[in-house]
Amino acid sequence: MAFAAFANTAEAVDVPKKKSKIALVLLAPGLAYLALFFLTPLISLIITSLQAPDIFGDIGDYVYAFQWQNYVTVINEYGVQFMRSFVYALIATLAALLVSYPIAYFIGVTARKWPVIQGLALILVIAPFFISFLLRTLAWKQLFSDNSPTITFLKSISLLAPDAQFQGSNFAVIFGLTYNFIPFMVLPIYTSLERLDLRLLEAGSDLYAKPSTSFWKITVPLSMPGVVSGVLLTFIPASGDFINASSEFLGGPGTQMVGNAIQSNFLVLNDYPAAAALSIMLMAVILIIVSVYVKRSGTEDLL
Amino acid sequence: MATGTFAERGADLELVGIQKRFPGFTAIEELDLLIPAGSFFALLGPSGCGKTTTLRLVAGLEEPTAGRILIGGKDVTDTKTYQRPVNTVFQSYALFPHMTILENVAFGLKRRKIDDPMGKAHEALRLVELDHVANRKPAQLSGGQQQRVALARAVVNRPALLLLDEPLGALDLKLRRQMQLELKSIQTEVGLTFLHVTHDQEEAMTMADTVAVMNKGRIEQMGAPEELYELPRTSFVANFLGQSNLFTGPVVSSNSTSVSVEVAGNKLTVPKERAARTEGTITVGIRPEKMILHTEKVAADSSRNVLSEGRVIDVSFSGVSTQYIVDFAGVGNVVVFAQNMVFGPVAHLGATVSVSWPIERGFVIEDNPEEESKFVLDHTTTSIATQAAGAGAE
Repeated sequence: MAFAAFANTAEAVDVPKKKSKIALVLLAPGLAYLALFFLTPLISLIITSLQAPDIFGDIGDYVYAFQWQNYVTVINEYGVQFMRSFVYALIATLAALLVSYPIAYFIGVTARKWPVIQGLALILVIAPFFISFLLRTLAWKQLFSDNSPTITFLKSISLLAPDAQFQGSNFAVIFGLTYNFIPFMVLPIYTSLERLDLRLLEAGSDLYAKPSTSFWKITVPLSMPGVVSGVLLTFIPASGDFINASSEFLGGPGTQMVGNAIQSNFLVLNDYPAAAALSIMLMAVILIIVSVYVKRSGTEDLL
Repeated sequence: MATGTFAERGADLELVGIQKRFPGFTAIEELDLLIPAGSFFALLGPSGCGKTTTLRLVAGLEEPTAGRILIGGKDVTDTKTYQRPVNTVFQSYALFPHMTILENVAFGLKRRKIDDPMGKAHEALRLVELDHVANRKPAQLSGGQQQRVALARAVVNRPALLLLDEPLGALDLKLRRQMQLELKSIQTEVGLTFLHVTHDQEEAMTMADTVAVMNKGRIEQMGAPEELYELPRTSFVANFLGQSNLFTGPVVSSNSTSVSVEVAGNKLTVPKERAARTEGTITVGIRPEKMILHTEKVAADSSRNVLSEGRVIDVSFSGVSTQYIVDFAGVGNVVVFAQNMVFGPVAHLGATVSVSWPIERGFVIEDNPEEESKFVLDHTTTSIATQAAGAGAE
């Protein structure tokens, strides 16, 4: 299974000491690709983020400058969206983890005796990918629109206030993010749990550990590589997401995330330096959060 | 399971009418067993005989289809594994890969909230001479070291009953001997009850007070090692515990003290108190080391049985002794061990020899062995290949 690759991120890799020309030749296409499609755009993005408006030009014309104030401006202007992005992403990641761990445990451990059920369950997890991400998000919007049977029903049993709205609420956006990233959380955790040696749980129970203790002391630590991969695969894209929070989908004016700010600056306001500065800051913050997280979860010496 | 304290002493284990069926096969037919507190009990048998299943039933990792399990007089059949005063040394070690050796050993102590778990864990590691690797992870240890950690992890809890599932299998001979002594001394010192499952008959005999030989889901015979060895009751026991030469024939005469059978013209006599059966067609057995090899013809008399005119078809020298396989017309192959008291082999391939043995050393078993004798020379290519592969894997 290709997803196994995600679970192995923390495993030590033996780097062959011998230097060989063949290795360089084999690496060359990859390096060229990275240089062309990662490094070049990154440098161009950094340069753009420091540009200043062309005084004699049209709107949307910029000239090279070293205008680092761009960053101060966007922090002042979009600080709220920034914070919101990370709070939403964090809540969505936790929610996805809570939903996904039991699913992954069921497929990877409970269903081991029945390979057919295991296979079917995996297909069910992956099946949503057969339909476009946009369509699925739109479908949720339909399901929870103001006059939909769902909302009408919830209102009629007083679970929702009569004037409550789904679309445009914090809940709707976080719900959308959680829903969309659940498969990315389930699959890496599943690959970790699928390799869990059940004899270790027997040994734990033989050593007076209750099933709950065995779970926290043995199962969870041994599935950490999968949890870490799943969290990264969910948190990083979720914090940059602009579909769920957009007003055309599940969001509203009060739920804009940094992705929406970048989108509108780039495509609507033609303020390229602001969009570039936001992108770079987003990247930097994610990089910091992720490295602290990986370091703290201490998965490098697992197994 | 009482927390905070160790078991005072070993507890006895009683299995009453245990049956275990898995879908498609029966692992344990019917098992009744009483292991007295403080004894070292070995369950010996070939793989697939149900011995590991028995162990798992006692540990609570399997549920019996029928029957009760009592530890120290208390019925534990319906209790969970973690509630039983039992620890297991698993065949697969089952060390927790994400914990250090010390954490592994302290795991059970912590769960039971015993005082000073780390100190006691260090002590247990010193016992198996592994305290210097306390902070390593299991993956950094060799197989033998891991096995000793598994042992320390179980013993440190001082369980009333310690279950050992082939615990010394991965150790080399020297370490195995050392661990056997170590285990034995822990057992006598603390008075724990040990239930040891193994397929190694030598290990079972040297370590255990009582050995039960298990075959096809039943106990064939149970007793002290010497008793089992000297007087096996079935052909399975006779050949699983050491080797035996078995001769089947009709009873030709019988008096108040002995019974005689005729095997291919030879009259073989066995004392009646060593005969499980005395009528019809019976099987006489004799251990190879109790036979004497003669290069000249000898006559049978009232004190010994003799087989003569045999041809030596195999001689294998093993230092202390030499094993001869002698072919007797109408009788088949007979294995004889001769101590190399003066020098090496005294008879050579193809030589004509006789064997004799004192009458009081023979025994008669309950059943008759199947047609196929265990000592048919098996030099087919498959068996050679298997042996070579086995040797290569070690």
